[in-house]
Amino acid sequence: MELHEFSLRELRQGLQERDFSSVELTTTLLKRISALNPALNAFVTVTESKALAAAAAADARRAAGEDGPLLGIPMAHKDIFCTAGVRTTCGSKMLEHFVAPYNATVVERLAAEGMVMLGKLNMDEFAMGSSNETSYFGPVRNPWHTDMVPGGSSGGSAAAVAAGLIPVATGTDTGGSIRQPAALCGITGIKPTYGRVSRYGMIAFASSLDQGGPMARNAEDCALMLNVMAAHDPRDSTSHPAAASDFLRGLDRPLQGLRVGVPEEFFGAGLDPEVAAAVQAGIAELARQGAAVQSIRLPNNPHAVSTYYVLAPAEASSNLARFDGVRYTHRAANPADLTDLYQQSRYEGFGAEVRRRILVGTYVLSAGYYDAYYRKAQQVRSLIREDFRRAFAEVDVIVGPTTPTPAFPLGAKNADPVAMYLADIYTIAVNLAGIPALSVPCGFTAAGLPVGMQLMGDYFADDLLLNVAHRYQQETQWHRARPSLQAGEA
Amino acid sequence: MAFDHDTVRRTAHLARIALPQTEIPAVADQLERIMALVEELRAIDTKGVPTMAHPLDLDQPLRPDTVGNHDQREVLMASAPAAEHGLFLVPKVIE
Repeated sequence: MELHEFSLRELRQGLQERDFSSVELTTTLLKRISALNPALNAFVTVTESKALAAAAAADARRAAGEDGPLLGIPMAHKDIFCTAGVRTTCGSKMLEHFVAPYNATVVERLAAEGMVMLGKLNMDEFAMGSSNETSYFGPVRNPWHTDMVPGGSSGGSAAAVAAGLIPVATGTDTGGSIRQPAALCGITGIKPTYGRVSRYGMIAFASSLDQGGPMARNAEDCALMLNVMAAHDPRDSTSHPAAASDFLRGLDRPLQGLRVGVPEEFFGAGLDPEVAAAVQAGIAELARQGAAVQSIRLPNNPHAVSTYYVLAPAEASSNLARFDGVRYTHRAANPADLTDLYQQSRYEGFGAEVRRRILVGTYVLSAGYYDAYYRKAQQVRSLIREDFRRAFAEVDVIVGPTTPTPAFPLGAKNADPVAMYLADIYTIAVNLAGIPALSVPCGFTAAGLPVGMQLMGDYFADDLLLNVAHRYQQETQWHRARPSLQAGEA
Repeated sequence: MAFDHDTVRRTAHLARIALPQTEIPAVADQLERIMALVEELRAIDTKGVPTMAHPLDLDQPLRPDTVGNHDQREVLMASAPAAEHGLFLVPKVIE
């Protein structure tokens, strides 16, 4: 096995035993990035000299007797997390040259553990997309098949981890943006319970839905990252006082007696038969390990996509009002007056999908439509949460597919925004309720594309989800499969 | 239905986005499709169902009112597209 395939535990062991230094490890991965990134476009910015300096600092800390599970280990951030001194684009022309004056809490916490940031990862513009094609910096390609999308919006994170450019990455998930690309690229990613991970310095899309989380090649690596990422942050008023936890503690618990619910609504029309078969096999493996599987209903789940496409654009239209061409964004040339400056800068700075969502949000919040759309959607959101509440009275974990199909070809869903929105049909309800969910690799299609199985849990059951995923990965090999990528391919 | 061209123009103005005339028909068509997706919500019985704005039932936390951030004018101005003497430049607003 080569260095770029090591898990976090194996990397730590290698560093502890002086098999390699953090500088050597960092140099190896930077070389891999320069060889493979041109074909994948996973990185928007590579911070080579800063990375080597951080690696040298980590080596010095280790030489001074320090040790830690993440000390000296390379990673990269989704380009939605603000990094002082390194530009943060959010995948947008609007922020092409924006250098944040401060670090996001997540950035700060991982850096304090001695992690080495190699750069910033490509994403759908302002996290709005399910294929990574809305990025101003061009689409990311799926390492398993470079004609296919990697999913989105954390597509750069998923592709970089799957291709072995970095062992772990950060992502964010508003309607599926960690889980959907994790499924399409064959990696493991968790959207934690809302309030676990600080949103301070994470550029806002829909504040009541956004949540940061780790993306890695197995559940244990996710747990190691979440141990640092999840913490109460006084700088985020929605950060939960009980956000922190030890996610490694229960990782090995056997699944004997675990109550698994399989929602009928997740196996209806529109589900690709190969995806269905792989997920059913995954559920059978949980049963083989002693889980009690039963069928459940989430009757309001079919309304999740329409509810989301009222609430998320409404919140986005408000959050994105700050990008005005005056203080730190793209500015149009030669505006006639101040209003023209705003309007032209926003037209030029935002891409078509972001503009579309701002318009939808503005519309549903405008006079005369508020009750019919926004208020109504907030009520249906309650119903969706109630569905989960009822289900978790009977089961511990809900299991189903992460996505209705495997990765689709670039360009396949660009003509119709609604077709793209339906890629998140199984992931969105989780964000509306605020519960945790993760995606684990559970098989491949005949064409060699990865399939993801989604595990959903009750509020603050993140540790249980990681436990189930870890036990599953002790008995299966899907997460160990790697795409074969050659430099210069595609 | 909802998205005639005037509605698109009015919404774009509210959102302060200068949509060129030539793009309005295509945008109207896309917004129409999105609102058609959302339309199904109207048929759901939500009588007596409370609204939900947020996943967590948390109170707004308060913290002591102490000075934390100090003057960072230079850092904060560094990404400004146009600035002079530590101020953001905009087109003349008052004649």
